[in-house]
Parts: sequence; C-alpha cells; structure tokens
Amino acid sequence: MIEMSNGWGGRVLRASAVLFSVGFLLAGCGAGQESAKNSSEAAAGGQDGGNNVVNVYNWGEYIDPEVIDLFQEETGIKVVYDMFETNEEMYPVIEAGGVVYDAVCPSDYMVEKMIQNGLLQEPDMSKIPNLKEIGKEFMELSALFDPGNRYAIPYTMGTVGIIYNEGMLDEMGVPYPTKWADLWDERLEGEILMQDSVRDAFMVALKKDGHSMNTTDDKELDMARDELIRQKPLVQAYVIDQVRDKMIGGEAAVGVIYSGEILYIQEAVADTDMRISYVVPEEGTNLWVDCWVIPKNAKNKENAEKWIDFLCRPDIAKMNFDYITYTTPNTGAMELLDPEYRENEAVFPDMEKVLEKGEVYHYLGAEDDAKYNDRWKTVKMN
Amino acid sequence: MKKIISNAYLFTVILFLYAPILVLIALSFNDSKSRAHWGGFTLRWYMSMLQDRDILSALRTTLLIALLSALLATILGTMAAIAIQNMRAFPRSVILGITNIPMLNADIVTGISMMLCFIAFRISLGFQTILIAHITFNIPYVILSVMPKLRQASQVNYEAALDLGATPLQAFFKVVLPDIMPGVLSGFLLAFTMSLDDFIVTHFTRGAGINTISTLVYSEVRRGIKPSMYSLSTVIFAVVFIVLLISNFAPGAKKARGAGA
Amino acid sequence: MKSKGTRYLALPYIVWMCGFIVIPLLLVLYYGLTDRSGTFTFDNVRKIMLAENFRPLYLAMGLSAVSTLLCFLIAFPLALILRSRKVGKGSFVAFLFILPMWMNSLLRILAWQTLLERKGVINGILSSLHLPEQHLINTPAAIVLGMVYDFLPFMILPIYNTLIKIDDNTINAAYDLGAGFRETLLRIILPLSVPGIVSGVTMVFVPTLTTFAISNMLGGGKVFLIGNVIEQEFMLNSNWNLGSGLSLILMVFIIMSMALLSRYDNGEDAIL
Repeated sequence: MIEMSNGWGGRVLRASAVLFSVGFLLAGCGAGQESAKNSSEAAAGGQDGGNNVVNVYNWGEYIDPEVIDLFQEETGIKVVYDMFETNEEMYPVIEAGGVVYDAVCPSDYMVEKMIQNGLLQEPDMSKIPNLKEIGKEFMELSALFDPGNRYAIPYTMGTVGIIYNEGMLDEMGVPYPTKWADLWDERLEGEILMQDSVRDAFMVALKKDGHSMNTTDDKELDMARDELIRQKPLVQAYVIDQVRDKMIGGEAAVGVIYSGEILYIQEAVADTDMRISYVVPEEGTNLWVDCWVIPKNAKNKENAEKWIDFLCRPDIAKMNFDYITYTTPNTGAMELLDPEYRENEAVFPDMEKVLEKGEVYHYLGAEDDAKYNDRWKTVKMN
Repeated sequence: MKKIISNAYLFTVILFLYAPILVLIALSFNDSKSRAHWGGFTLRWYMSMLQDRDILSALRTTLLIALLSALLATILGTMAAIAIQNMRAFPRSVILGITNIPMLNADIVTGISMMLCFIAFRISLGFQTILIAHITFNIPYVILSVMPKLRQASQVNYEAALDLGATPLQAFFKVVLPDIMPGVLSGFLLAFTMSLDDFIVTHFTRGAGINTISTLVYSEVRRGIKPSMYSLSTVIFAVVFIVLLISNFAPGAKKARGAGA
Repeated sequence: MKSKGTRYLALPYIVWMCGFIVIPLLLVLYYGLTDRSGTFTFDNVRKIMLAENFRPLYLAMGLSAVSTLLCFLIAFPLALILRSRKVGKGSFVAFLFILPMWMNSLLRILAWQTLLERKGVINGILSSLHLPEQHLINTPAAIVLGMVYDFLPFMILPIYNTLIKIDDNTINAAYDLGAGFRETLLRIILPLSVPGIVSGVTMVFVPTLTTFAISNMLGGGKVFLIGNVIEQEFMLNSNWNLGSGLSLILMVFIIMSMALLSRYDNGEDAIL
C-alpha cells in the first residue's frame, strides 16, 4: 500500500483536494434533505438519553415508515430507528448493553429468554390503553412465554410454512408440498430455500419426524441434525428475508417462510403468470408472536410506552398491516380490513386448527441452546 | 504474434475486472425488475436512491468518518512519526512493532477486539466507536508513509532554523513540514481510502441506526437486492473514476503521460 | 537526536495505541483463555480441534490458497507484459488495472451475485441462446471467483511496482550471456520480484482467509468458513469466549505465516 502512495507521488495532492470537495459536496447534499435530521442525530453520537427520543430496535422492513413520521408529528418524540435480522443477532446487542434501546421487538422464545435473564422491565400497562385492542386469544398465546402478560405486547403473529411456485413444480412433475417431509424430496435438488436461523431450521427437521420443536433430547437433536445434513445437497441456499425476493424472482421452487410474507409475494406476482401458494405442513408448525418489550436499561421508558401504545391504535395497526402484511393481533385493525384478507387462511389461520399440532418456541436455557447451536454449526460445515 | 497474445491477455483481464461493474451500470438504467431482460431506459432507480434516507445517511456517515478519521490519524500519526524518528532503537522498535499489529492482523480480529474493548469500557456503540476504530487502523498507514520522508529530510535545516532564532514550532511548520508534506498527504489519502472501503471493522463496532455504505450494502443484500443499489454502485464508480482520472491525467501531469505506452 | 522535546510528540499516539490496540488484544486473550464464569481454561483454544471449527478453518485455508495462487497466476504475466510494454506508473493502462481497488469491495461482490444467480445475468444470456442454465452461485467456486475478483488489484499493484524497478540492463545482460527467456524469468526476474510477490500474497491471503462477507454473499449460507464461525460466535451465539479463543488461533496462524513469508524478503519495506 505504501508503495502505491509513494509511486503515485505528487498527484496525491491534487487527488486529495478533489476528494475533499467531493466529500463536502455530498455531505452538503445530505444535509439539505429532510432525512438528515435522522442521520445527524446518529452522527452526533448515535443515541440520546436526555432529549425527547425513543430508541427503537425492530426487524428489517417491519413497519410502515409513515407510521414513524406520524408518531414523531403527533408526539414530538424523535424516533431513532435501528433494525436487526434475527433474534439471535438482536440478543447479544441488548445483553451487552453497548447500545441502549427503549423498545425492542423480539419473538416469543426470545422474550422468554430476556425475561429469565432479567433484561426486561415491566411496562406500565395503564399507560398503554390501546392494549384492549389486542385479541384475547393472542394475549393467551403470549402468556405461554410471558406468564401473566407482564412484559410483552403482541405486535404481529403468524405461522411458518412452505411456499411454492406452482408452475415450476408442475414443470418438474413434482406434486405440491403438503408436509415438511416433502422438503427432502430428491427431485427438488437445488430448488429449496431453507431458513438460515437455528431454531427454524431445526423446527422443520424435528417436526418432520414428529418431535417437539422444543426438545432437548440429544438423540432427537442428533437425528434432526443428520436429517438437515442429508437435506443440505438439495438446498439452494440458507437465507432469511431473501426467500421473498427469490420466490418472486423465480429463483427457487419451494421455500420455508413466515406466513406474513405471502400476501406481499402474491401481490408482487399478481400481474404475471406465476402462481405462488403457501401451505401449513401437516406435521404441525411453529406459531410465533413478535412482541414489543422494554429493555431494563431503557432510558426513555415513558416514550417507549407511548410508542407501543401508538402501534396498538387500530388505524396505525392497519397501516402497518397494509405495509408489512403480517397478521395483526389487533382486533380493531382487523375490523377495518377488507373481508377478502380476513378469509385468507395464510394470513389469518384458524387458530384452533393450527394450535392442535403447532407449538410456540420456548427458551431452553444457555446449555440447551448450545446443543442447538453446536449441531447447527455441524450442519453448516458439512 | 507475441504482441497479439499479450494484447489479448491484457484485454481479457480488463474484461474480467470491468464487465461486472459495467453490468451493474447497465442494470441501474434497466426499466425491468428482471435482471435477465432489458426493459428500456429509466432513471427511476436513481430517483428512488435519492429519496432513500438509509442510503443518503450511509453516504454521509461514510464520508464523514473517512474524512475525520483520516484527518485525526494524519495529525496523530505525523506527530508520532516525528517522535519515533528521534527515539533510541529499542523504544522505537517496540512502538513500530505495535504499530504493525493492526496492519498485519486480520480485520476480523481487530474489529472483535475493539468491540470487546468498547463494551468493557461502556462506550456506547455508534458513530464515535466507528470513528475511534477507523482512526486506530489508519494511524499506521500515516506513520509508515511519513517515516521515509522524515528520514530523507535533513535534520540540519531544522537545527539551522533553531539557531537562527525560530521556535521549535515555527521551525517545524516552516522547515520540516514542507519537506515531509508529500508523505503526510499520501498518508492522509491512504487513510481516507482505507476508511472508505472498510467493512469488517465497522461491522463489529457500529451501533444503533448507523450504517456506512459497506454495512448498508451487506444488510441490503441479505434482504434481497434493490435496483437502487445498482444506481448507488454506478454513482460511486463514476465518482471514483472521475476523481482518479482528473488527479492523474489533468493538465500538469504531462510527465506521467509521457512515460506511458 | 538533539531535539529531545519531540519525543513527547508520541505521547498521544502511545496512549491511543495502548487504549485501542494493546488493551483490546489483551481482552481477546482474556476472553479466549477463560470460560463464561471467568475461570482460566484452554478449552476455547482447544475447541479448534472440533470438526465444526476445524473444517471451516481448513476450507478457508484451501479457498484462500487457491485464490491467492490464481491471483498470482493472473497478475504476474500481466505485470510482465506491462513492464515489457514500458507501461509507466502514471499511464492510463496501469491506472485501469488498479482502479477497481478504489471501488467499494462489497459492491463488487454484489456485482458477481447479480451475474451468478440462477436468474442472474449469465443464466439470462445462456437461456436466450437456448443453452441450459448453469448452477453457479452458492458453491465454493463462486466464492473463489469473488475472492480473486475482489483482491486481484492488490496482487497486480505490488508485483508491477517491483517489476518496473528492475533495470533493463540486468535483463539484457542475462540474454547476452546466453540465457533463454525461461531461464531469465526463473533466475533473474522472479527472484528480483520476490518483495512484490510477498506483499501481494499477504494482501490477498489474509483477507481471503478471514472473510465472512464474501462467503455469505456468494455462498448462500452453504459454505462455512472460519470467519463465519467467529462472526457467528460473537454476533449470534454470544459466546465471546469461544469466539475469542478461535480468533487467537487465527491471529497466531497469520503472524506465523507472515514471519515465514518475510524470511523470503530482504527489503525493509517488505510487507507493505
């Protein structure tokens, strides 16, 4: 490298001058935008405890951006918004406390883990009057991992299932999948998109063989690991959010996906001759709930409560549903919806039917978590 | 014959280096979401890039970090280089040894070690930690580009200036600095580029709601590629190309051009 | 040596260095040699012997060795041609080969993703020519391609820099003394370009050995390298102890290979 700079000699001077001016130009452009408020806030030190802000940590593309603007307008509270991609990625960030958030949106088992490890504080539910909009059955579901509903406020929910491209399967002469075991069909080589997260990947293999997705039994886990290794040659890629774009782009024939994505995908391919469907596998599946919680070290608890309450308002919940198309537990919002949506089983499944064989993930403790993690690494390295 | 083969070889390597970039540029103007078909010319991906607040704030952060970290690293590094030059052999080799570490070490280890350090000292991860990290891996580049110039610069002039009544500070700015300026500038530029291009260290030291272009691209790609990413690539390539072209071949660089084939 | 005061100019840097180079590395050492409860242990380091950690290291070493070799095989003839054409440092041709270095490396990987995907550009072209689609992405080969593409300029530049410094007279003398092209190449040019090769190899081998981004973007999560293991231990499994232990091994390995490499290099500005 040094060679290079010396070699390029005196020209460096002029180059640096140009680079400078370009830098200022671009920086100036950014500053002119309304959006610069956000970034300059971040630039000024990332986070702010003192001012009127709420630091939000949410999944990628999991909110209508207009909702953030509306919240800022109505309350005057600034939203510093950050995103994560998996629960596992979010957890160490909160645990380490290197970054302090006021409102976070983890899934069920992660809520349980955070409660058990003392990372959460109880919101003052009286400050969240719109909580009454959340359907009773969903509060009961949430009580499975948050006993007494003390910490978590459900935001979205859904199932995990198989998405498939009918045209591609027809062409290959493979019947449409109805069960997890169909993901081990050798005719589907290179056509399968699996979830790149430990629990979801193991859930598929465990459920296929009729085991619980919360098992800590070494034999069952070994079996699941071996099944995943056996499946690996058939898998095109282990991805998370990319399943959506890859299905729309016709990159793969089948994929494991969260039910919430199906509406978006079907709308995206509505004008084409592509037919994409979603099925909840026979063996039973995971029923998940993503919830808002407040970390123990939050600096703006009241703002976080206002934020959560705002998201529970039926009109806001509907905006979010329209944007992210994940099932909302908000009964108020459901009434505002098109009946066409309410009848879509992928979006609003028959809860009783799904609960019959379905399960919610539970937090298993550090030791049993490691059992999953180690085996997942073995799958990956093969 | 030999000439044809070698021409073909040069051309093949150039094709290998530039074809992927040209494809990105073409796709940034493609009015079809499919990557395999040309759907007509459009500028809408550029419009959506300009309206994307994530991209704009990442651009701003990247440039700000690169500029600040290069500037601070240049100041710290030049000071250090002068001091090291005047040290005895032992402390000098110790310091140079440690200076080499971030350059030799894998980025992933550098990034992780700093993340552990920031968390241990309760420095909240964000803009400031990226900046500190970038300054840290930039300083060695500055020191190593300034040191050779210092060695060439004569100590005599500096002492003469002192004898003639200049304060050390005056002597430094009037005598030493002009001598070593090329080294300082190339150190600055190197630092600036290293910072612009860094992904791994930033990945481990970044915090809430803050992205550089590299970390943004990484998370966007894992989410599915948006065409506005193609526009971003095109803009960055164009800026790099033009800046380097001007700085290399603008009038005044005739000598360099004369040496060319 | 007379201006003693200037020595204190190093103070800010020394403080900085201790705070942000030495202490962080000591922290890695601390975490690497303790377990969750803070008790001293060699377990984390020893775990490199487990298949799930060793195979990714082994694979990473393999892919990065292949990439480095390919980079060298492409770069050396290129630099030779540039030299024989008397392409000077400031020329446009030399500029063309080094320019991609300045473009964001992740965006360049993105370009290959776009090309290689199943419905990507290459397969698009193939199918419009009525040729069968190829399975290109998510393979070790795709990752090697990405590595070579990303780091080729870093191999070209230092080799080219040393080659153009070789005096024409030296080479002509060899020919005059009856040496053929092969002999001149092997006995004169190659030995003289060792410093450039060494720095090129370093600049390609280390980043490719430890990458996790390239393998993630072009490997579809199917190809797992040591960089991915370490990144996952820190970012997903929050097992800092194991992550640090593996990092220690990686660090020692890199420093050892550097030391080995620099023995083949006599110049002072060896590694850079």
